Amino acid sequence: MPATRVFRERAFQLLTSDKFWRGAVAVVVFILIWEVASRTDISRVPAPSAVVVTFNDLMRDPSYWFSWYLSVRRVFSGFIAAMLLGIPLGLAMAVSRTFYGISFPVFEVLRPIPPLAWVPAAIIFWPTQELSIMFVTFLGAFYTVVINVIGGAQTIDVRYFQAARSMGSSGWDIFRRIILPATIPSIVVGATVGIGIAWAVVVAAEMISGGGSAGSMGGAKGGGLGFFIWNSYVGGSYTQILVGMISIGIAGYISSALLRKMGEMVTPWLRDQ
Amino acid sequence: MTLAPMPQPVGGEGHAALERAGTGSSAELEVLKVSKSYGTAKFAKTVIRDCSFTIDEGKLTVMIGPSGCGKSTLIRLLAGFERPTSGAITMRGKPVTEPGRDRLVLFQESALFPWMTTYDNIMFGPRARAESGSEPRSRAQFLLDKVGLGAFRRKYPTQLSGGMQRRAELARAMINEPSVMILDEPFRGLDAMTKKLMQEYYANLYEETRRTTFFVTTDIDEAIFLADKILVMTNAPAKVRSVVDVTLPRPRRLEDLIESDDANVIKMHVLSLLHEEAMKSFAHGSKAAADFLDAYSKRIRNPS
Repeated sequence: MPATRVFRERAFQLLTSDKFWRGAVAVVVFILIWEVASRTDISRVPAPSAVVVTFNDLMRDPSYWFSWYLSVRRVFSGFIAAMLLGIPLGLAMAVSRTFYGISFPVFEVLRPIPPLAWVPAAIIFWPTQELSIMFVTFLGAFYTVVINVIGGAQTIDVRYFQAARSMGSSGWDIFRRIILPATIPSIVVGATVGIGIAWAVVVAAEMISGGGSAGSMGGAKGGGLGFFIWNSYVGGSYTQILVGMISIGIAGYISSALLRKMGEMVTPWLRDQ
Repeated sequence: MTLAPMPQPVGGEGHAALERAGTGSSAELEVLKVSKSYGTAKFAKTVIRDCSFTIDEGKLTVMIGPSGCGKSTLIRLLAGFERPTSGAITMRGKPVTEPGRDRLVLFQESALFPWMTTYDNIMFGPRARAESGSEPRSRAQFLLDKVGLGAFRRKYPTQLSGGMQRRAELARAMINEPSVMILDEPFRGLDAMTKKLMQEYYANLYEETRRTTFFVTTDIDEAIFLADKILVMTNAPAKVRSVVDVTLPRPRRLEDLIESDDANVIKMHVLSLLHEEAMKSFAHGSKAAADFLDAYSKRIRNPS
């Protein structure tokens, strides 16, 4: 069984690596400090052990997982929309000086508006609450993606263009074989940062927009992990608040790790240098 | 404060012969009274002024000059990336107006596309011109083997050593069958050993193909080893100060160069020209450079 052997070797490597143990020690120390802090009278933080118990209970609660599902769906719809619109827009702005001149001022005025400031407007302008939240999430990732694409495409070494043109390349061929691949690393960076912002934004948007019926799954409006936290706060369940927070941390970590992995796949030339 | 006395050019009568223009070869690229300035008309910075020279067909012409004298600007003009402010550059009689595959440039540092494997880099030109079929592919494979990178065809540039990158770039240029190869300090930044190897490699390559070459360098030994003709440049604004023919026999080997009296005479001559140019930029002159030159001229006159 070569597959299991490979797995065993990998696991052995991981368990014997400094990197793994440093991380493990850091997590353990963090939880210890937390546990100690929760036993003093200074704060009202629930103990990690209590949080673990709640976490365990919630794992068997479908409505908790439904909150996950709602938030993940919003983040990824908003994020994918941001990539689909942001990458072409950024490339167009980098390639065409005319288009850049037209669009950049508008872009730069809209960019400083925090996505959360859009929440009321989004709720009014979009037909459903779901679309409003997705829109706000989209904004969170969009600006980062665009800025990174522009930055990446504008800083391509001029010698690549000179070499390409000398060898008879022009127009579409230069775009496809020089500009696009040269920008991919920046796109990956923009995506990784962007999805983190999308998570930050979705949680706040869910808290603000509330959730008509978070507990019930059928035709749920609102909901999501952000609402889950808010609802736990309103209901006075402090351990649930922390479970919600940790859930978002885990979700964000997995999303970034996923994107990094995909990024490595599309930039094979940056691997093992 | 007096300037160090210029050592007399060595070689006596031979000196005049060194400077005569090459005969019997036709110009492939011709630079005629070219000037290039940057900035506005009012605050123009002239980098090249009234520069004329020819790059002869089948010859290896080396340009040497102080760093920052405008050599790289000249290359951009020759390649057609930029246009001269005045004067004309012609390729076989036709004015150079844009980049073309007949004049390919090897830049100072690797300009291989990092996102393409060695093979894809070499195939860039044929694919850009939509040349299909097996012919370009077999040519790419032939060139890969020729530059000794057959085993590295699937590697990315960052996985290659500095010398390998240079060779891959040579192959990427050669597949386009350029009439003129333009090399802008191509071996700068390589370690001393690799640099020597690359110089020998390039000399062999040139001797094999006799492709017209324009080679820019600041390294005088490299210049003499490779050149049929050396253009010594003035300090900025650049123009040709002097043309020195190098008639050392080919094929050349680096060891021969060290022992050759002719090579040393040429080196002394070019050094003194370069030294004069360097003196102009350092108003008070460089004592160390003057001493070095003095010592070198004594060595040549009284070989031990």
